[in-house]
Amino acid sequence: MTELESFRAETRCWLEANCPPEMREPVRSEADICWGGRNWTFQSDAQRRWLEVMAERGWTVPDWPKDYGGGGLSAAEARILKQEMARIGARPPLTSFGISMLGPALLKYGTEEQKRHYLPQIARGEIRWAQGYSEPGAGSDLAGLQTRCEDKGDHWLVNGQKVWTSYADKADWIFCLVRTSTESKHGGISFLLFDMETPGVSTRPILLISGNSPFCETFFDDVKVPKDQVVGQVNKGWDVAKYLLGHEREMISGMGLGGGASATLGAALKPDDPFLRADIAAFDVDALAFSAMSERFAAMFKAGEAHPAMPSMMKYAGTELNKRRHELIMAAGGSDALEWDSDRSKQGKAARDWLRTKANSIEGGTSEIQLGIVAKHILRLPGA
Amino acid sequence: MTLLTDDQKMLQETAASFLRDEGGPAKQLRYWRDTGCTDGYGTDFWKRFGELGLNGICIPESHGGLGLGATEAALVLEEIGRNLTPSPFLTTAVAGVRAIDGTAHADRWFPQILSGDAVLALAVDEGKSHRPEATAMAATRQGNGFLLNGDKRFVVHGNSADMILVAARTGGSAGESDGITLFAIEKGASGLSVDTATVADGSKASRLRFDNVAVDSDAVVGDVDGGWAPLSRALGAGRAGAAAELVGVAAAASDMTVDYLKQRKQFGKLIGEFQALQHRAAHLDGEIEIARAAALKAAQALDSGDERAELWVSVAKAKAVASAALAVQEGVQMHGGIGMTDEHDIGLYMKREAVLSELFGDERYHRARVAALSGY
Repeated sequence: MTELESFRAETRCWLEANCPPEMREPVRSEADICWGGRNWTFQSDAQRRWLEVMAERGWTVPDWPKDYGGGGLSAAEARILKQEMARIGARPPLTSFGISMLGPALLKYGTEEQKRHYLPQIARGEIRWAQGYSEPGAGSDLAGLQTRCEDKGDHWLVNGQKVWTSYADKADWIFCLVRTSTESKHGGISFLLFDMETPGVSTRPILLISGNSPFCETFFDDVKVPKDQVVGQVNKGWDVAKYLLGHEREMISGMGLGGGASATLGAALKPDDPFLRADIAAFDVDALAFSAMSERFAAMFKAGEAHPAMPSMMKYAGTELNKRRHELIMAAGGSDALEWDSDRSKQGKAARDWLRTKANSIEGGTSEIQLGIVAKHILRLPGA
Repeated sequence: MTLLTDDQKMLQETAASFLRDEGGPAKQLRYWRDTGCTDGYGTDFWKRFGELGLNGICIPESHGGLGLGATEAALVLEEIGRNLTPSPFLTTAVAGVRAIDGTAHADRWFPQILSGDAVLALAVDEGKSHRPEATAMAATRQGNGFLLNGDKRFVVHGNSADMILVAARTGGSAGESDGITLFAIEKGASGLSVDTATVADGSKASRLRFDNVAVDSDAVVGDVDGGWAPLSRALGAGRAGAAAELVGVAAAASDMTVDYLKQRKQFGKLIGEFQALQHRAAHLDGEIEIARAAALKAAQALDSGDERAELWVSVAKAKAVASAALAVQEGVQMHGGIGMTDEHDIGLYMKREAVLSELFGDERYHRARVAALSGY
């Protein structure tokens, strides 16, 4: 048996013994997803136990170094863990912006002290993070952000407003883009971390077309932040922001896969109408082909062969696919899928999910922004 | 999915430089088309493939080949697609070789394929579209052998082939995969008539009529009534190969178009500065990357014996057709008037795309196959 084969065997055995049966059930609603954080109420003992045993092994972040609370797994081992979890239908023990966005940015740009302080907390799910990027006047033109951050000698003073802050009302801390200089647009931005309980921070949820409020407006009124909570250099925050956006886009693009690369939409929906069946088959071809690109891109990324604009290509293709997927789910569901509040529709899950996907090609940079990035950085078209 | 190994990258570079220098439209496609060549490709040039060892990619080392697989074949085919190089590589060295590998026919044909002296063709389609399971052509037992009667269409390189692999029915009925037998029919067989047409891209495809063509039982490839197995191997390799070639066609058409956007001026600007064209070009680039990944995934699945290889092959073919069709259509449109002229190469890409799309099953055939293989 090769080392990887024995790793697989051990992993399978360990998961069998440690993944509670309830955590092998499909995720039915938002409440089934464990986000962690100071104010997190575990939905069940099983959810708590699953997070604890996985965090103890570093498997909430399997490929981070062990020193920072990770599992220290190689890419091949991490893939095996993912496959073995998928095999038994195990839920992710922890979902967080700390894992998918801030963590990778800290690993690349954080000081040793910052890494040792923040990363293990993220790995254990102790801090829930919000992302403070967009502002009312800075959406697609993100670098036009105006939130002011002044150097007051022994602290920073932050004033301004963010919008589309995901789960800001539930988050413990925020990673935030602020303006530390007005002399240069891109060269006057810094990347700041601070506690949402700091005096002067307030949030207001935004009601979306789905009837849910996953996003907030966030206001900063004379918020004092300690000096050592800047990631990367002052005025060089745009580099950190772009790097993190790459990870965010990769995460969002993965949603095009829906239930994972192995299951086709047609197999789940079993369409009997021939025209719908044909549309779904066309979708499944595109979705499976896209999953092959995701797989290839991940391998290229690990090998350092990926073009830096590849996440934009993935984000564009993946989000457009996910919107198409939900259009087809709605078509297959017919009038049943339109119910908004009944128990039999799980409080309108199909319709609300469908509406939620419309944001996929807006958040994290619109489809048009992604196409512009591909045109400029990959195709090198003039004036892009 | 694994990335290319150093050996694979070396093979890719060898094929790329050979085909770029010798296989481009001016030296090959246009030359043979405009001189009225009956084969549609250069026979000496086909021998060069042999000299370079490319014909042995899918032939086992025990037979003097390289013992490689669909992945390496795909690397060569992508370069063939880029250069629109006319050659019987796909039908002979990829699909044909996979059909007879492990059978008694390997000893007879592998040496001549390796040297570039033999050409193989596949005779599967009977209607206007590719439907291998609908094979109806009859092979009836006669003494120790069989009598073949019926018609085949779209036999690419049928007029140049030294041996044609013919799917005929010895049992079962049209629509069933059981009961099909694969025969190796040699050039000039008595009762076989060949009606050849030049197709849109300048290559040759034949209609075959079998009128009491008598063959020995030696002509059977694999087992009687069990021809679906070697046929599936050939079609799997052929489809994955055609997908890779289509990716090459798409990539070259797109590169040519993006270059044009950086040269052509209208309204006092390079037309590549217009966002309406930038976004279309960027969308196309993504679609080609997706098709390339799907083609690689399919080839690797065939090589590793993945149980989902058939699914990935159909995903790859369907996606490659779609991406290449988009590439050539956008290519002609963005070139404007010059794109409609025979003088410009972009139109040649459109024609090759059309032929490769039809070969071994079009986009709709493979979508339907993805649905069937997924259980819906």
